[in-house]
Amino acid sequence: MAEQVIHTEKLTKRFGNFTAVDEISFSVSAGEIFGFLGANGAGKTTAMKMLTGLLAPSSGSATVAGFDIYRQTEAIKRNIGYMSQRFSLYDDLTARENIRFFGGIYGLDNATIREKCDRMLHVLDLVKEGNTRLSALPLGWKQKLAFSVALLHEPKLVFLDEPTGGVDPVTRRRFWDLIYQAAANGVTVFVTTHYMDEAEYCDRVSIMVDGKIAALDTPEELKRTFGSATMNELFIQLARPAKRSGQ
Amino acid sequence: MKRFIGFVRKEFFHIMRDRRTAAILFGMPVLQLLLFGFAIRNEISEVRTGILDLSHDVVTKKLTDKIFSSGTFVASAVLNSGKEIGKAFASGKMNEVIVFEPGFAGKLQRDGTAQMQVITDGSDPNVSRIVTGYTESVVRDFLREKSNAAGAPVGVEAVPVMKFNPALKSVYLFVPGLMAMILMLVSALMTSISITREKETGTMELLLVSSLKPIQIIVGKVVPYLLLSFVNVLTVVGLAFFVFGVPCRGSLALLLAESLLFIMTALSLGIFISSITNSQQVAMMISLAGLLMPTVLLSGFIFPVASMPLPLQAISNIIPARWYLVIVRAIMLKGAGIAVLWKETLVLMFMSLLFMTASVRKFSERLQ
Amino acid sequence: MTQAVTTEGLSKRFGKLEALRQITFSVPEAELFGLIGADGAGKTTLFRILATLLLPDNGKASLLGLDTVASYRQIRTRIGYMPGRFSLYQDLSVEENLDFFATVFGTTVKENHELIREIYDQLEPFRKRRAGQLSGGMKQKLALCCALVHRPELLLLDEPTTGVDAVSRQEFWQMLGRLKQQGITILVSTPYMDEASLCDRVAFMQDGRIMAIDTPTGITRLFTKPLFAVRALDKHRLINELRAFGYASSAYAFGNAVHYTDLRLSPEPQELAAWLKSRGFDDVEVQRIEPGIEDTFMALTESSRPEQEPSDG
Repeated sequence: MAEQVIHTEKLTKRFGNFTAVDEISFSVSAGEIFGFLGANGAGKTTAMKMLTGLLAPSSGSATVAGFDIYRQTEAIKRNIGYMSQRFSLYDDLTARENIRFFGGIYGLDNATIREKCDRMLHVLDLVKEGNTRLSALPLGWKQKLAFSVALLHEPKLVFLDEPTGGVDPVTRRRFWDLIYQAAANGVTVFVTTHYMDEAEYCDRVSIMVDGKIAALDTPEELKRTFGSATMNELFIQLARPAKRSGQ
Repeated sequence: MKRFIGFVRKEFFHIMRDRRTAAILFGMPVLQLLLFGFAIRNEISEVRTGILDLSHDVVTKKLTDKIFSSGTFVASAVLNSGKEIGKAFASGKMNEVIVFEPGFAGKLQRDGTAQMQVITDGSDPNVSRIVTGYTESVVRDFLREKSNAAGAPVGVEAVPVMKFNPALKSVYLFVPGLMAMILMLVSALMTSISITREKETGTMELLLVSSLKPIQIIVGKVVPYLLLSFVNVLTVVGLAFFVFGVPCRGSLALLLAESLLFIMTALSLGIFISSITNSQQVAMMISLAGLLMPTVLLSGFIFPVASMPLPLQAISNIIPARWYLVIVRAIMLKGAGIAVLWKETLVLMFMSLLFMTASVRKFSERLQ
Repeated sequence: MTQAVTTEGLSKRFGKLEALRQITFSVPEAELFGLIGADGAGKTTLFRILATLLLPDNGKASLLGLDTVASYRQIRTRIGYMPGRFSLYQDLSVEENLDFFATVFGTTVKENHELIREIYDQLEPFRKRRAGQLSGGMKQKLALCCALVHRPELLLLDEPTTGVDAVSRQEFWQMLGRLKQQGITILVSTPYMDEASLCDRVAFMQDGRIMAIDTPTGITRLFTKPLFAVRALDKHRLINELRAFGYASSAYAFGNAVHYTDLRLSPEPQELAAWLKSRGFDDVEVQRIEPGIEDTFMALTESSRPEQEPSDG
């Protein structure tokens, strides 16, 4: 059995008498692309915050990248990458400046940063645009750059929170090429999305409903179990009866 | 009319829902007044004084007693040599040291003059000046009593009388300034922020497509703050009267009417600011740096206008608070009426009209 | 048929950026018209011009027979507009927001209850909740409710379903369908291709241009190449191998399959399957399929700007 990069046991978060995340237990193996789906308000964001060490759980246990989420949040933060659609890079800095800044944050030395910066710009074909402010670049490129920056310190595990929101279908698929590439290099990818066809690109998918994990398996197996033709159909079938849609 | 009431009600919801805004709006005037009234004073109630008496005679003894019996001066140390003076000041225990020269009584008897030295802490010139003044007046008093007792002829002496504020209470000075400051803050800062916030969150887009006319949006935004500012005026005047005994010698109605006029000026400035920027942050910076600072520094609130260099005096003319201060001081302390204050009133009216027109013109019915 | 919206050569530029270039289209009354495109395609600028919030640099537009520049006041009372980001008062409750927008338009929620009843019933349990604390789906329903409260003849909805989960999106589109039945013209933009098939007609937008306008089925006819769905277990390797195939034009993941187009006019699926088998795929399955809307959109964007994305060139 492959190494477990994320492992949770009855992980729970309560806010007052509201249980946002209700005893979720699951594991993610090394090199896996794990889709984390759920309706708005199902508890996805809260669960992500606990796994990335930003929020202390109410009960249950979990390890992320081999570290305990109660006591070793600093170690977790050092060993994971994170990219969200909302905050990723500084728009008023150039690509190079962004890479240098985030490299510095993760404690890489100057020589390493310079070398990685050149390699990254080359791979992304952004060498010419290296000194252009990000605000002048198309969204698709920014997202690719943000993903690469999230991998700058070579984490074992990367969290992607709706990484492809708002981009066109071609760019979206090119982004997934990068995700596949990273996974092939052994990086574990934990990704949320509202595009149901992207759920099919994942190795395994979990669907959260009302704070619980309602289903977890490979896309093929899930569709067979629930008798749905597409992930979209499956998702609606599972999430429709949710009681908490107003949260 | 129903639209308008709906708009105003919504605005009140915003203010009340945001606890911090509500706290600033209602807590600040009270806090500021108490702060200025109690903590920040120009009078000094306790001058810690050290005596270095190199004469040790009857006169210096009597004079020392006289000084300490006034209540203002507190004996803090008896010094034995000049070397100790520097140390005493450095330790911060002393406000003042009085030195009597050797043979003080004899010289006074013989020549009619004798030297005493008043040393104060120059690192705080304000306190220094006041302390020296107090000491001089005590000594003058002492000499007069002494010469009267001896039956010597009494010379001509100027007796200062402070009209309108006989006790020279600084709270009299602060109340009008504080009113100007608070009204500027609430009216200009708060309106400019609340309008730019709607631009930032995108709700302004909806208001614009709702067929409301610009003037309706502006008035709807302004009325709540007008009412709130007026409540603040009442709070400050009330507190000043009941807690600090600051009188209102002139007509209260006139005072309130002039305050309302000043609020209008400040509001129109606030709207003007929000019409030239789309961001709350910029609106706040302009309001603080462009309105509040001059209101505090250049209006005559803290530094008298007459003692400013000419260019600053000229600038102070365009600051609404400068005119409002004159008005409030005149009404509250001197009991003046509109016959005296018509010029200042006109200036404020003109300013409101100017900014109001400018902002209605600038207020775009479209984005950008 | 009367046109609810007509535009002619609309152009708008912001500094160096050409946000809109020569946009010409029209929407007949009671149509559900979709503008499909990614962020930055110009959808929001177009909506703002139609909502009379921006002036075009060139060209003109008219809504309900009224010119957007000359008669903007009249237009504003007769349209409902829902901006791209959530633009309601987050610190007011659901009820207070609705009441406010009703009074602003000089009406009451009661008066138009019939029209918004269906949506309002879903919001009812959260009546007292602050708008800022609603979920993404609920926020959008509330915003739609507010845009409808004065019974507009035309709805302009700028990306109402972005960031909203699949369930809420489906419900939202069901509501739009019913509004359309009541005779309201709806102009809606979306980055989700699957929503395009729910519109009467769609326009594909890219870089400020309209690339194509047609019915959802009509527009797929623009996709002329033969299209194959290829399935195998190792999808990532499959994509790479397909792209390495000598005659490959494109290979993209689509759900559980990879959609492949060939450079030749009539390629043989067997040939492709055989080649893939030789590359070590034992479970490969190749099938000729009809193109969908997303295939068409991708093909059109690819051909319209080959120079812009050199990375995969």
